[in-house]
Amino acid sequence: MPMKPKKKLLDEAAVARTVHRIASQILEHHPDPATLALVGVHTRGVPLAKRIVKVLESLGAKKVPVGALDITLYRDDLTTIAANPVVKETTLGFSVDGRMVVLVDDVLFTGRTTRAALDALLDWGRPARIQLAVLVDRGHRELPIQADYTGKIVPTTREENVEVRLKEIDGEDAIWVMERDHA
Amino acid sequence: MLDRKDLLGLEGVGREEILEILDTAKGFVDIPQRTVKKVPALRGFTVVNAFYESSTRTRTSFEIAAKRLSADTINFAASSSSVSKGETLLDTAKNLMAMAPDCIILRHQLSGAAHFLSTQVTCHVVNAGDGTHEHPTQGLLDAFTIREKKGAFEGLKVTIVGDILHSRVARSNIHGLSTLGANVTLCAPPTLIPVAVERLGVRVEHSLDRAVAGADVVMALRVQKERMEGGYFPSPQEYFELYGLTNARMKGADRECIVMHPGPMNRGLEIASEVADGPRSVILEQVSNGVAVRMAVLYLLVVGRKTRETAD
Amino acid sequence: MKLLIKNGRVVDPVQGIDDTLDLLVEDGRIARMGERLAEKGAEVLDCVGLVVCPGFIDMHVHLREPGYEYKETILTGTRAAVAGGFTAVACMPNTDPPCDNEAVVRFILKKAQEAGYARVLPVGCVTKGRRGAELAELGSMAASGAVAFSDDGSCVFNPILMRRALEYSRGLQRPILQHAEDPALFSNGQVHEGLVSTRLGLKGIPSACESSVAGRDIELAALTGGGLHLCHLSTAASMDHIRRAKAAGLAVTCEATPHHLLLTEEAVGAYDTRMKVNPPLRTEADRRALLAAVVDGTVDCIATDHAPHHPDEKEIEFGLAAFGMVGLETAVPAMLDLLVKSKLVPMSRFVELFAANPARILGLPSGTLKKDAEADITILSLKHSTAVAPDKFHTMGRNTPFQGRRFAGRVERTLVAGHTCYAAGKAPEPRPR
Repeated sequence: MPMKPKKKLLDEAAVARTVHRIASQILEHHPDPATLALVGVHTRGVPLAKRIVKVLESLGAKKVPVGALDITLYRDDLTTIAANPVVKETTLGFSVDGRMVVLVDDVLFTGRTTRAALDALLDWGRPARIQLAVLVDRGHRELPIQADYTGKIVPTTREENVEVRLKEIDGEDAIWVMERDHA
Repeated sequence: MLDRKDLLGLEGVGREEILEILDTAKGFVDIPQRTVKKVPALRGFTVVNAFYESSTRTRTSFEIAAKRLSADTINFAASSSSVSKGETLLDTAKNLMAMAPDCIILRHQLSGAAHFLSTQVTCHVVNAGDGTHEHPTQGLLDAFTIREKKGAFEGLKVTIVGDILHSRVARSNIHGLSTLGANVTLCAPPTLIPVAVERLGVRVEHSLDRAVAGADVVMALRVQKERMEGGYFPSPQEYFELYGLTNARMKGADRECIVMHPGPMNRGLEIASEVADGPRSVILEQVSNGVAVRMAVLYLLVVGRKTRETAD
Repeated sequence: MKLLIKNGRVVDPVQGIDDTLDLLVEDGRIARMGERLAEKGAEVLDCVGLVVCPGFIDMHVHLREPGYEYKETILTGTRAAVAGGFTAVACMPNTDPPCDNEAVVRFILKKAQEAGYARVLPVGCVTKGRRGAELAELGSMAASGAVAFSDDGSCVFNPILMRRALEYSRGLQRPILQHAEDPALFSNGQVHEGLVSTRLGLKGIPSACESSVAGRDIELAALTGGGLHLCHLSTAASMDHIRRAKAAGLAVTCEATPHHLLLTEEAVGAYDTRMKVNPPLRTEADRRALLAAVVDGTVDCIATDHAPHHPDEKEIEFGLAAFGMVGLETAVPAMLDLLVKSKLVPMSRFVELFAANPARILGLPSGTLKKDAEADITILSLKHSTAVAPDKFHTMGRNTPFQGRRFAGRVERTLVAGHTCYAAGKAPEPRPR
């Protein structure tokens, strides 16, 4: 189903502000960030996690490790989705055992990606605690999962889509609501 | 996109398909470093290892690959099965199919056995070596290892030394590496070079020094001792003298040249220990990459195909 | 009983005839040939637009009986023969027991008589048990009806034995039909040694495996003056040997098969066991050399090497599959298509290849429509075509390489001793006893 842009929710400056706010909230919850680590979920969670870490460090946190997690092999729809999903590399570069891990993703929707990310992460070890940070929560959960840090709550219909665009991948920073293109 | 029911050989497998397998394998390399050394991608799928020829390392590699993908694996070895009671491959295939496996991995002493099996069963078939035909996953893991070390294939000079005539590894590498853009040179006494092999797009060289000169990759193949009785070469001493890889013979190769061997090695016949264990050797990396590459093949064939079948 | 075959194009190269003529058959023999014949009380067979030829002889067939009746029997093989346009077939002795004594020769002739379709010309073994060690009783087999000797399936490789066989059989005026193959070069070969064997990792059979023995045997024929016929030759090098032998005036003859004239090693594809045959399908250059040799007369006759097998022997791994293809029911249309439709050879040469020359090589009086000859007649249509459908074959073998192909030309009718054993579209019928 082709989609077309319906409405721009956040522009570049708003995205930057939102990332900054999430970082501040994380710091509030973790006054001692020594055991903190951020793990971005492929694809757009990865640059987001890096941005948050940058802000954390600008706010005085010492070097916070950041990793990338590919959840393809943990999806519960592997046998039903249309395209053969591309397996990407998982690069953590640190042990998750005993860590406070914040999973970072762009959009929280059904919760199934987060479920897969939790499973994937747990296969790497036993973190002390896992939290979830998302840029957008668009509702329609199918699993009992909630974010600990939410950039923006966006009520949507099921037919709509929320598209996060990031400079590192898409060449711009913006969040769009997309609708079906019937043309 | 890897769009095929079976992986029977690398002949005819396109560049994009091979690269997709290698890219996917890259995502599997880290799995042994995790606390839980497996992913749930093939949970609920059954993979049968049917080995009509004993090969501990290939069977183990496939078994670990399947298990790390959470597939159920069944090992079926010819010596312990009805095969020794005279059952044909066709009957065995029918019996295996009655157990509804998703994939059969076949090692067989006859060339073409995997092709034959694939025409008789509806599940996926992966050729784990058939006679002197092909051993595609070995070719893929060699390509993967080369890419890890060299980055790209275009213009790379790869020299394969040894018993090309009887080598399924050589055939898979000839097809795979040529498709990827490498320049492949084969080196052996003329008795061990198959007829008309140049028509597969490779160079044939009978002098090891000329073959190794400037090479980026040198791959030694196992020489089976029974070949000697077939009169393919006069003695192991003379073979080692003329075609054995030693540090001295490797001098002409590129400074960054790597040395490969599909194993098991005959030290002192096709390769000297100083080379096998030396700094250029990537032989053990080949083994560990084998698991990742075989995971990628299983994943792409079994799940990849299933996803397309149910797409609409 | 009289039969008047009217208005056909009669082609009989032995008499130098290629004309629209009528043919009167009386009591199973040719009574008269001429224009606008009339005969009271004769059944009339109108053959306008058809080609009337002396009965075709396939001098290389495996009827499998005795011993391998699950592959083919003399009954099913001779039914297939008449359906394919052959009035006589020479059957190879690699049966179980092998045809190496007069009892087996007599058994075969008796079975053929009982079957009542094509005539069967038994070929006796050259050596006892086809073991290649000592001569079989060639004389008593010849006296019982063996028309030639061969160890086909195996080569008579020992040169002194081959020399003796050629010498001894010369006295019996019977040829040796040699399966030219060096067993050491053959080894465990599966396909022609070339690009295909290299790609598929199958052990190759080099061309020299055949031609080296062909060359040697020609030398032995020159030495002994014996009648040497080389079976199913497949290589350009063998053709060169034959050409030289003929130029030197030696009594050397040879045959080629339809599959070697139509197919190459490429047909093996991805281990297609239907294409597994010995000698193997060769290169395109070999195929062209064979075809040129058929056109220029170097090749004396077309023979099928009809080798039926049970599906269990073909639907298995390539390395375990049996060598051989059936050919009786496809050879004539396949060769009409390849040779006649394309105008590579005139019809008279075609009849030489299928009738006159096999008869001459085997020393038979047949192969012609001369007065008093037995009325073995093959009638062809060049206007119809033949679709190859193995499930409709009369042979028990389904192992044809030509499944699904359509050839220009059709066998219209096959008459043995004046009796119609086969008419297109109908089931074969035996001769009345």
